[in-house]
Amino acid sequence: MREIDVQHITDAVANMCIQANQYLPPDVQTTLHAAQRAEHWPLATRTLAQINMNLAQAADKQLPICQDTGMACVFIELGQDVHLTGGNLDDAVNEGVRRGYTEGYLRKSVVQDPIRRGNTGDNTPALLTVHIVPGQQVNITVAPKGFGSENMSRIAMLKPAQGREGVVDFVLETVRLAGPNPCPPIVLGVGIGGSFDKVALLAKQALLRPLNQPSQTPYYAQLEAELLEKVNQLGIGPAGYGGKTTALDVAIETMPTHIAGLPVAVNVSCHATRRASVVL
Amino acid sequence: MQIELSTPLSIAQLAKLRAGDNVAISGTIYTARDAAHKRMAELLQAGQPLPFALQGSCIYYAGPSPAKPGGVIGAIGPTTAGRMDATTPLLLQHGLAAMIGKGARSPEVLAAMQQAGAVYFGFIGGAAALAAAHVTASKIIAWEDLGSEAVRELTVQNLPVTVLADTVGGDLYKSGPAAYLASRKK
Repeated sequence: MREIDVQHITDAVANMCIQANQYLPPDVQTTLHAAQRAEHWPLATRTLAQINMNLAQAADKQLPICQDTGMACVFIELGQDVHLTGGNLDDAVNEGVRRGYTEGYLRKSVVQDPIRRGNTGDNTPALLTVHIVPGQQVNITVAPKGFGSENMSRIAMLKPAQGREGVVDFVLETVRLAGPNPCPPIVLGVGIGGSFDKVALLAKQALLRPLNQPSQTPYYAQLEAELLEKVNQLGIGPAGYGGKTTALDVAIETMPTHIAGLPVAVNVSCHATRRASVVL
Repeated sequence: MQIELSTPLSIAQLAKLRAGDNVAISGTIYTARDAAHKRMAELLQAGQPLPFALQGSCIYYAGPSPAKPGGVIGAIGPTTAGRMDATTPLLLQHGLAAMIGKGARSPEVLAAMQQAGAVYFGFIGGAAALAAAHVTASKIIAWEDLGSEAVRELTVQNLPVTVLADTVGGDLYKSGPAAYLASRKK
């Protein structure tokens, strides 16, 4: 049994909230630069150049890449041989978010009540997902999520008979309906299987996978490639002004489901797909 | 080619713009998003004055991140304009001349824009640090209680925008992708 003081979790979350909002992960940066080189449509090239200039400006001035510094989606893989001390986990994570968003001059975008509104003032609570895993490490990922793209996400309970084609149609329909709103070039996290609630989480978790790292299941790696190609034939392009690069990547996560069901969820993310991870 | 415009914007200047044009805006613009639009609509319906004169004005749909000590402004990219569609025709009737945002507008807004001779500009969503570099002054002029959603008067210098919807029905979100797809078929 290893003891870890939750203070370390607070510190890590605070740091990652700031880091993730100022610097994109290397895989996302690389993909955006490659997209700029691959575009030949003038307005698309110009738009991607501005998106890449923005990344340089954010790093140089230590400003957030996007003013929507998001809700803090925090994923923790907690080793079952770890004993957390010094407080409870929820409070420690929320304290990290509070500190990161305050000390990092990040925007506070969370309201206390979904209908009656009222800003919480410190961007808490975090959206925390915990998995208990073997071992004695704590793996923490912070993925700030803006709502321009979150609002364009969709879920469907398809019929099993709709199969692969039904999934492809639903993903394409989602991207078409979203159009310019989610700040393309987008990243698509697709969840397939499970239940109504689990499929949405699968889609969100798919967004945590580094870009250009296909599914380990060849069938789904092939489906990811097919979806990316079809999405990029829609012509929406960077910022929705037209062009080849509507999406940077498609990642699929699946799980078993019921004989009567085929749940599908598409979590749309913008070109500023932000995440940072640390292992304690 | 880039067209340079300064505020206040005249109807004659705006009438020359076409969807897809690159424009650099300099002068005074005002931030307002969801909550401020709700309050502005309530004031207009009650016949009360707004925090700024709408005639010839340009609204930027944006809620910045906080400025660092000594900084002019935080990151300040556009938010999705469609959420302001319900109140926009009313503002257009009262003289609003231009909007800067991102994302598609409703047919009602596009029609009201044509009637008013107003233009909808796009700044690239998510390019918020880049936008901040073009803001030379910022002050809150109303509704500080709304935090990042307060109404700010911004002074901007050559803010690079693209005409998304013009005064004659041009819509870059339709014509841009269509022109790209047509170019691939040649």
